[in-house]
Amino acid sequence: MTHIAHGTTTAQVLDGVDRNILLSVENLVMRFGGVTAVDGMNMTVERGEILSVIGPNGAGKTSVFNCISGFYRPTSGSIKFLAEEITKTRPSEITKMGMARTFQNLRLFKDMSILDNVKTGLHSRIKQHWYHAFLHTPSFKKTEHFIDETARGWLEFVGFSGDERVYVTQLPYGEQRRVEIARALCTSPQLLLLDEPAAGLNHAEKRALIELIRKIQALGVSIVLIEHDMGLVMDISERIIVLNYGKEIAVGTPEEIRSNPLVIEAYLGAEEGQAADATGADVELLADEAEIDEALEEIEAEPEKRGH
Amino acid sequence: MPIDAKTNLLLPPTTGQARAKAKFSWTSDHGILRILGIVGIVFVFALPLINSGNYTIQLGTQALIYILLALGLNVVVGYAGLLDLGYVAFFAVGAYTSGILTTRLGWPMWATIPAVILMCVIAGIVIGGPTLRLRSDYLAIVTLGFGEIIRIVAQNWEPVTGGPSGIFGIPSWSFGGFTLNKIQLYYFCAVVVLLLGCFGIPRLAKGKLGRAWKAVRDDEDAAEAMGINTYTTKITAYIIGAVWAGLAGQLQASFISVVTPSSFVFLQSALVLMAVVIGGMGSVPGVILGAIIITLGPELLRDVWENRYLAFGILLLVVMLARPKGLWPSTSVLPWSRDKRDHDAKVETPAKSHDYDPQEEVPS
Repeated sequence: MTHIAHGTTTAQVLDGVDRNILLSVENLVMRFGGVTAVDGMNMTVERGEILSVIGPNGAGKTSVFNCISGFYRPTSGSIKFLAEEITKTRPSEITKMGMARTFQNLRLFKDMSILDNVKTGLHSRIKQHWYHAFLHTPSFKKTEHFIDETARGWLEFVGFSGDERVYVTQLPYGEQRRVEIARALCTSPQLLLLDEPAAGLNHAEKRALIELIRKIQALGVSIVLIEHDMGLVMDISERIIVLNYGKEIAVGTPEEIRSNPLVIEAYLGAEEGQAADATGADVELLADEAEIDEALEEIEAEPEKRGH
Repeated sequence: MPIDAKTNLLLPPTTGQARAKAKFSWTSDHGILRILGIVGIVFVFALPLINSGNYTIQLGTQALIYILLALGLNVVVGYAGLLDLGYVAFFAVGAYTSGILTTRLGWPMWATIPAVILMCVIAGIVIGGPTLRLRSDYLAIVTLGFGEIIRIVAQNWEPVTGGPSGIFGIPSWSFGGFTLNKIQLYYFCAVVVLLLGCFGIPRLAKGKLGRAWKAVRDDEDAAEAMGINTYTTKITAYIIGAVWAGLAGQLQASFISVVTPSSFVFLQSALVLMAVVIGGMGSVPGVILGAIIITLGPELLRDVWENRYLAFGILLLVVMLARPKGLWPSTSVLPWSRDKRDHDAKVETPAKSHDYDPQEEVPS
C-alpha cells in the first residue's frame, strides 16, 4: 500500500531511473577500526511510504542512518538519494537536497528559543545576505516575516501549543521531541529520518506521535524510522527492515515480519532445539580458531623480522 | 504534495500568526533597557562638554575602541562559540596596514579603510581556514599560536613594520584638508562604535546568519543536519570578527599615532576575552560593560594600589565566582532581572500514564 505522491501517478521511469525510488542503499559497509557496524546492507525507500528499521541493540541501525544523512563516510557501498550518489556529500548539502533527520538523543539548540530552533531549519531555503540583516533592508524584513510564519506554522502542525519564546530546556521531554520534528520539517524534506522518535515518551505521547507521523506522510513526505517500540512499528509501518549484525535479515510487511522465524531468533536468540543453526555457529567458531592460530604463528615470526 | 509553487518549498498547511506584541512601556525591563541605552549615548556625546581634559578624552577614546574590539570578539566567542585566544592579531593587522599606508605611501586615513578590510579578510581566511576544522580547546591553542606569530612577524620584519620601535607619526583622520583633533576624533570613534558595534552586531545576530552562528555554537552536528554548512558559517564569524578588530586597530593607530609590536601581546587578547566573558558572552550590553570595566578598571585602581593588576585580577575572580554567566548575561534583559530560562513554560504536560500494554512491546 505504497502511497504515491509528489505528483507522480505511476512509477515513472525516466533515463533508466525509477522516479518512484527516493533512496537506494546498496552494499553499504561501515567499519570502525576492527568493528564492522554495517556489513553489506541494502535497502530502498519509495516515495510516500513509511519504512521502519528495527533490530536488536548494536545491530547497526543508527550507523546506517548516519551514513545516509552524511555524518559517516561509508567504508564502501553506494547510497543514492533522488538518483544522485551522496556517499561523499556534506550533511548540510544532503539536507538541502531534501532529506531531514532527527537524533536519537534529542539535539536541540539549548541556548536558543523554541521558535529560533525551528527557524534554523529554514537556513538553506532562504536567501538572505548578512548585509541585509546589517542594514535591515525591506528584503530582510520580508524574509524574516516568511521565516516567522513558516516556523510558527510547523510548530502548530506538530501540535505544539505552549509559549514558543521560551528556551527548549524548559520544555518537557515529549514536547522537545515535537519541536525537533518541527525543526526537521522546516528544512522542506522529501524524506524524513526519525531516530527512535518514541524513546522516553509515555503512552499518550506515543499515540500523538503515531498520529503526527501519519499527518506528515499525508503531506507526501516519506518517513524512515528506527524504533524499538514494536507496537508503534507494527502500527504505522508499511514495510519493515530487520537488521542484525549490520545486515538486513528480513524485509516485508508487518505481518510477514511478525511471523518470520529469523526475526524471532534475532530478538529472542536461537533455541537449543534448532540444530541446524547451532551447528552452523560451531563451524564458524572453528574457523575463527583456525584464524587465531594463524595469527599467533605470524606474531611468533615477527620478532625475527624486526630484529634487524 | 503541497509544494508551494512560488517558493518551491514544502510549507505547513496553515501559517502561524505572530503573537500580538505586548504594549511597550517605559517601566518594563525592555523600557528600562532602552532608557539606559539613551542615557549611555547621551553621556558619551556629552562627556567632552562635562570634562574636556586630555586624560578624560584619552580614556574615553580608549574605552570606545575597546568596546568595538570586544563586540567583534563577541561575534566569534559569544555567538559562534569559537574560543579565540589570538584575537589581537587582527587588531595588529588593522593598525599596521593603516599605519604603513599612511606613513610610507602618504595615503589619507579614510582611504586605507578598504585596504584594512581586505587585509583582515585575508588574515581571517589564512588563520581561520586551516584552524576552524578543529574543535574547542585545540582551536584555542592554535589561535594563541597565530596571535604570537603575527606579533613576532611585526617585531622582526624591520623594512616594512619598523621592527621593535614600530611605526610612528601616523596622522589623524582628515577629510579634504580638515584634520580631526583629539576631541573630534573622540566623537568620530563614538559614531563608528555606535553604528558598527552597538547597532550593527545585534542586527546581524537577529538574522539568518546569527541564528546559524548560535546553532553551530550549541550543537555542530545538529546544525549541519539543519542544512547549515558549519565550516562556512564559522569562517564568516571569524572574518567578521577580524574586520571589526581591524577597524578598531585602525582607530587605535590614528588615536595614539604609534604602532609597536608590544601593544599586541597576549595580555591584550586575554583582556578583550575577559571583557566578553565578565560582561556576558553573546550579550551586547554585557560586552560593552565588560569593555568599560577592563579599560577603566586598571585606571581607577591606579591610586588605590601599586599592584593594580593584582587587585584587578582578584576583582575579576570574585565577579566570575558570583556571576558565572557574566555581569549582564544574554539570558536576561537587565542584569538584575529574572533569567529568561526561569520563565515558566506554559505547556500542558500530557498526563503521565504507565499503563503500558505489555503485548505492544514484544514482537509476537
